[in-house]
Amino acid sequence: MSAVERHRNILDFTLASLMRRKGKNSALIVVYTLVVFVLASALFFTQAIRREAGLVLTDAPELVVQRLVAGRHDLIPTAYLEKIRDIRGVTGARSRLWGYYYDATVGANYTLEVPLEAPPPEGSVIVGEGLARTSGAAVDSLMPFRTTRGEITTFAVSKILPSDSSLVSADLVLLSEKDFREMFGVDRAHATDLAVTVRNKKEIPVIARKIAEALPDTRTISRDEILRTYDAVFSWRGGIMLALLAGAVLAFVIFAWDRAAGLSAEERKEIGILKAIGWETSDVLLMKFWEGVAVSLTAFLLGIVAAYVHVFFASAGLFEPVLKGWSVLYPRFRLVPFIDFPQVAALFFLTVVPYTVATVIPSWRAATVDPDAVMRG
Amino acid sequence: MTPFLPRRSTLYLTFVALSLLVLAGLFMNGARRVAASGPRLAEERRQVRAYGLTDLVLFTDARYTRHPSMADRNAPFQDYPQALEHFPSGSLMPPPPHVRFHERR
Repeated sequence: MSAVERHRNILDFTLASLMRRKGKNSALIVVYTLVVFVLASALFFTQAIRREAGLVLTDAPELVVQRLVAGRHDLIPTAYLEKIRDIRGVTGARSRLWGYYYDATVGANYTLEVPLEAPPPEGSVIVGEGLARTSGAAVDSLMPFRTTRGEITTFAVSKILPSDSSLVSADLVLLSEKDFREMFGVDRAHATDLAVTVRNKKEIPVIARKIAEALPDTRTISRDEILRTYDAVFSWRGGIMLALLAGAVLAFVIFAWDRAAGLSAEERKEIGILKAIGWETSDVLLMKFWEGVAVSLTAFLLGIVAAYVHVFFASAGLFEPVLKGWSVLYPRFRLVPFIDFPQVAALFFLTVVPYTVATVIPSWRAATVDPDAVMRG
Repeated sequence: MTPFLPRRSTLYLTFVALSLLVLAGLFMNGARRVAASGPRLAEERRQVRAYGLTDLVLFTDARYTRHPSMADRNAPFQDYPQALEHFPSGSLMPPPPHVRFHERR
């Protein structure tokens, strides 16, 4: 009998044995699949966000200079621009005007920002797709805002940003500098923060240090630090991954522990009978190996396919309540399926291998004992 | 007469092969979508450059999770000293590494 035929015979027997405990094994596969599904969904989701953040934010300001007052971010004097421009290696410095606006009628927070390039004409705004969806704003409709003086001012919506770019613009309200300053009462001598461009990217840390020395009440945030923020937040140690993974990993540990802790009386009896009718210890171990593979590989394949569909076709709908929190305005984005294959391989080895090993080890103990003793318990 | 039933191992191996085929198809679909995402990513990059954006819109409930890279460490707790952080998104988003770095500096 060829090795392949031997394996197939043992697999036939293993599957028949699993079918005899249909209810228990089906429940096991369903729960196991769910564990893999959650783990794989978290993996796909965080990897896709990290990659997209890395690609998209490479055009973020090279250096942002913020003023801190008593530990809080405060408006920065635009007079600082000249001091920064005087630093060797700085090619430009511009003020950024941005802030938040809470729309009490919708209950949502918007980000109001004056674009660095081509701001809309005074009296008009460009809004993000998420904002338009939530507030019902349409092109040419009027959007009311309450100014810091308590007056209501309205802006005409001149454009809605495409939904494809929701991940960066869902809650944006872009307006002119004059409108922004009037609305928030920010005088021309101040800005929210400053965006600095430098000649040589390698000099960014040096220039950041020089700015900190020249303007001790400021702090700088480089583009690399912005990018590292998303790397850190969506790494496995980051909050989101940890929250999603904790439950799934714990469930998996309980599974593996249950398998490794020992065999049921029925399983021990089965091994005893097989030994008594002439099965070798290696045959029994092979059977248990196939049992572990059949359960874990089935769960892995079903779980990973379901996770892919969930994250990349259904926009990770099951994570939405987690991510939404108290947000009224929530971006709807279809993630680009950036798959990290080493991570998929790691998931395979972390889910299939331990379960299979945990199935084989207790059987090895039972298979090496005298069949008579095993059957008598 | 007993109807012909394929062996269990044949059924199982067929299931595994089909699943792998579906998975390969999904990954190929993913590769195609990645290749087709060029214009979308270019538009996002254009907006980031033109509007001077620094962060992704993932959470809009708290400002330190809307713009995590711009946040300071006190932001979640500034209602009053020893205030508890109360936005759900705050528990999902740890402070960025450079905030810790700035504190050490």
